[in-house]
Formats: sequence, structure tokens, C-alpha cells
Amino acid sequence: MEDVVTAIRVVPLGHYFVLSFLLFGIGVAGALLRRNILIIIMCLELMLNSVNLLLVALSAWYGDAGAQVMVFFIMLVAAAEVTVGLAILVQLKRNAEGVDINQLNRLKW
Amino acid sequence: MLVLFYLLAAVSVIAALVVVAARSPVTSVIALIVCFLSIAGHYVLLNAQFLAMVHVIVYTGAILILMLFVIMLLNMNEEVEKRKPLLARISAVATGGLLLLVLLAATRQGLDLQAPASFNAGVGLVKNIGNVLFRDYLLPFELSSVLFLSAMAGAMMLAKKDGTEHINLPPSSEPEEA
Repeated sequence: MEDVVTAIRVVPLGHYFVLSFLLFGIGVAGALLRRNILIIIMCLELMLNSVNLLLVALSAWYGDAGAQVMVFFIMLVAAAEVTVGLAILVQLKRNAEGVDINQLNRLKW
Repeated sequence: MLVLFYLLAAVSVIAALVVVAARSPVTSVIALIVCFLSIAGHYVLLNAQFLAMVHVIVYTGAILILMLFVIMLLNMNEEVEKRKPLLARISAVATGGLLLLVLLAATRQGLDLQAPASFNAGVGLVKNIGNVLFRDYLLPFELSSVLFLSAMAGAMMLAKKDGTEHINLPPSSEPEEA
């Protein structure tokens, strides 16, 4: 088990911060950049996963299993969210003739 | 070990960039699969074995395959997405970059955090997670089944074709009324 301890602590915690913030920033930029609703959902998944990665890194460093259980729940919620989102996407494609986010402009008013 | 981390990090960041930049949705989904698999590799590096397996099963096995099915179902691969105007694109990238800067600045003290002396490396093992999940978090775990049931019912209700009234009519027989 000592090997594992040293193996976890080889990578500094700051590296995980930087990596997860990079992924989150890419996700935010992608959600704003693209017009395809499916790509936007994928960018949301990317953001959720960057948060998960940071939670797991902190949990492994501090030896707290609660954070990993929370990551588990985030995964559950993400799965439910994607299911409903993709169902809405299918309906949009069927009724609004496309998956372009700009066609939903009228939702603003 | 550090080399492995850098390799996985490079793969995840490049795959995430491909997700955002790719023109075809199928390429985006494949890149997202690569990104999520590398994140599962990070979980293995952190000795979170349970989460690594669940991540591969749930994300790569279920969610992204579902997205591939939707792309196939909607025949979305051929259509070319129109680009946003240049100003919107520049501001989107600037927003992401600025958010990155703000987050880094806000947690700059966390970048050189020192771990506590007492340290339990086996925290991510299945036995440990199961103990915590079914002892401290039993009620949220059970409640998530209700969430899944409602998500399932909602998805079926949303995706159902509501074609009962014009199922036997040719599409042109309905006059356009707006």
C-alpha cells in the first residue's frame, strides 16, 4: 500500500487544479461557441467531468470517501439529464426542423 | 508516474479541444469518448478504482453511445453547422479563457496545498466506497432511483411521436395555419 501512497502523491495537487480548470474553460468556450445543441450538451458533460476530476483528486489526497460518493451522484444526475436532453433534442429535430440553437431565439421573450 | 499524468492530461485536453473544434458531430462524440477514457485513466492514477469503472460504464458505455445513436437516428452527420459571427466566437473563447484565469487566480493558494500527514490511500476502493455509500448516503442513493424513474418516464413521454391525429393523413393534406 505504501507504493500507492507514494504514487498518488507524485503528482502535485496543483496539476489537477490546472487540468480540471482547463477542461472546464474549454467546456464553457465550446458551449458558447457552437450552435449545435448536441455539441452544447457534450460541452456540459465535459464541464461536469472536469469538476468530477477535481473532486476525485481532492478526495484521494485528503483520504475522504465522501467526495467520491458525491462524484457518483453527479454521474447519476448527468445520466438522467442527458436522457431528457436528448429526448428534447429528438423532438426539436422533428418539430422545429433542426438542432440549431438559434432557432430557439423565441424562447428569449 | 508523473510522465503518465502528463500524457493523460495532454490526451484529455487535446481531445476536449477536438470536441469543440470538430465540424462533424460524430468526430466530436469520438473525441469526447477519448477524453472520458483519459479521465478514467486519471481516476486509476488516483487509485479511485470504483469510480474509474463506473465512469467507463456510465459515460463511455451509456451516455456517449446514446449520443451516437441520436446522431444516427437524426441523420445529423451530413448537415453543416453554420458558424456564429466572428465577434461571438472571439468573445466565447475569451470568456472561456478569462474564466480559466479567474479560477486559477481564485485557487492559487490551493496550487501548493500540503496534504495532511495521516493518509488513507485505499479510499477509492470498492469496499470503502460501498461502506460510505450504504451507511452515510443511503437515503440519497435510494432517492436517485426515483430521479431515474422520472427521467425515464419523461424521456419516453418527450420522445414519443404525437402523431395520433394525423397518422393516416398525408402530410400535405393539412393546411398551414400559423
